[in-house]
Amino acid sequence: MHPYLQSFIGGLLVGTAVWILLKGIGRVAGISGIAAEAISSPRRSLWRFAFLLGLIVGGAFFVKVFSIPTANVASGAWLVVAGLLVGFGTVMAGGCTSGHGVCGLGRRSMRSLVATLSFMAAGMATVAILNALKAGT
Amino acid sequence: MMSADTEALKQPTNARSAVIALVSGLVFAAGLALGGMMDPRKVQGFLNVGGITSGQWDPSLAFVMGGALLVSLVTFAMMKTNDVTWLNVPLSLPSRNDIDVRLIAGSVLFGIGWGISGFCPGPAIASVVQGGVSVLMFVGAMLVGMFIAKKTLG
Repeated sequence: MHPYLQSFIGGLLVGTAVWILLKGIGRVAGISGIAAEAISSPRRSLWRFAFLLGLIVGGAFFVKVFSIPTANVASGAWLVVAGLLVGFGTVMAGGCTSGHGVCGLGRRSMRSLVATLSFMAAGMATVAILNALKAGT
Repeated sequence: MMSADTEALKQPTNARSAVIALVSGLVFAAGLALGGMMDPRKVQGFLNVGGITSGQWDPSLAFVMGGALLVSLVTFAMMKTNDVTWLNVPLSLPSRNDIDVRLIAGSVLFGIGWGISGFCPGPAIASVVQGGVSVLMFVGAMLVGMFIAKKTLG
C-alpha cells in the first residue's frame, strides 16, 4: 500500500473513533481534555479511563499487528521538558491535535482553527530551530 | 446551579458508556498506528517544512489529518444539537467561541513541546506499552503539566 494511502486510511479510522464517541455517548474525542479530566476528577471519569485503556491497548496491539516502525527523536531532559509543555499547553489552550485539530475543525470552530494554526506554526518553528542548531554543531 | 440528578444524567457513567468509549479508544489507536502518528520521526518529518525544497519533507500526517477531518466534518454536519445518542445521553459540545491570549499562548507552548518530541497527547498515550522508559517519562511529565495547568489556571 502506498504510504500516503495508509496514512489517509489511518485518518479515516481516527475520524471513525470520533464518530463512535460522539454518536455513542455525546462526547468529543479530545484526548488532552479526556486525560486531564481523568486525573483531576477520577471518580466521574469511568468512560474516560475506558477510552484511555482502549488507546493504550490498541496502540500496543496495532503497532505489533501492522509492524509499524517507531523511534524516539528526543531523550532525557528534553522529553521531560517537552512533556510538561505539551501537558500544560494543551490544558491552557483547551485542546490538542484531536480536540482542536480534528473535532474542532470538524465543527468548523474558529477558535479551534486559531489553536491549530498556532500549534502547527510553533511546531514547525521549533523543528526549524532544532535543525539549525544541529547543523551548527 | 444544576441539581445533582441532572448532573448525573449528563455524565455518561454506566458500564455501557465505558464499552463504547473503550471501542472508540481502540479504533482511535488503530488509526494513529496505521497513520504513522506513533512514530515521532514522521511527526518531525512533517513539521520540517524547511525540507520541502530539499525533498526531505514528509507530508504523511497531512493525509492523516485530511482523512480524520473528512469523517469529522461529516459527523458534526449530520449531528443536530438535540440529536439522540445511542445511550440517550445529551450531546456535550464545547460552547466557547472566543479567541483569547490563553488559547494562542497555550497552543504555542504545546507546539514547542510537540516539535521537540514529535509527540502529541494521543500518540504518546498510545505508545506507553511499546515505547519504553522514554515514553513513560514523556507521558508522566505531560500529566504533571496538565495537573499544574488545571490547578493554576482553573
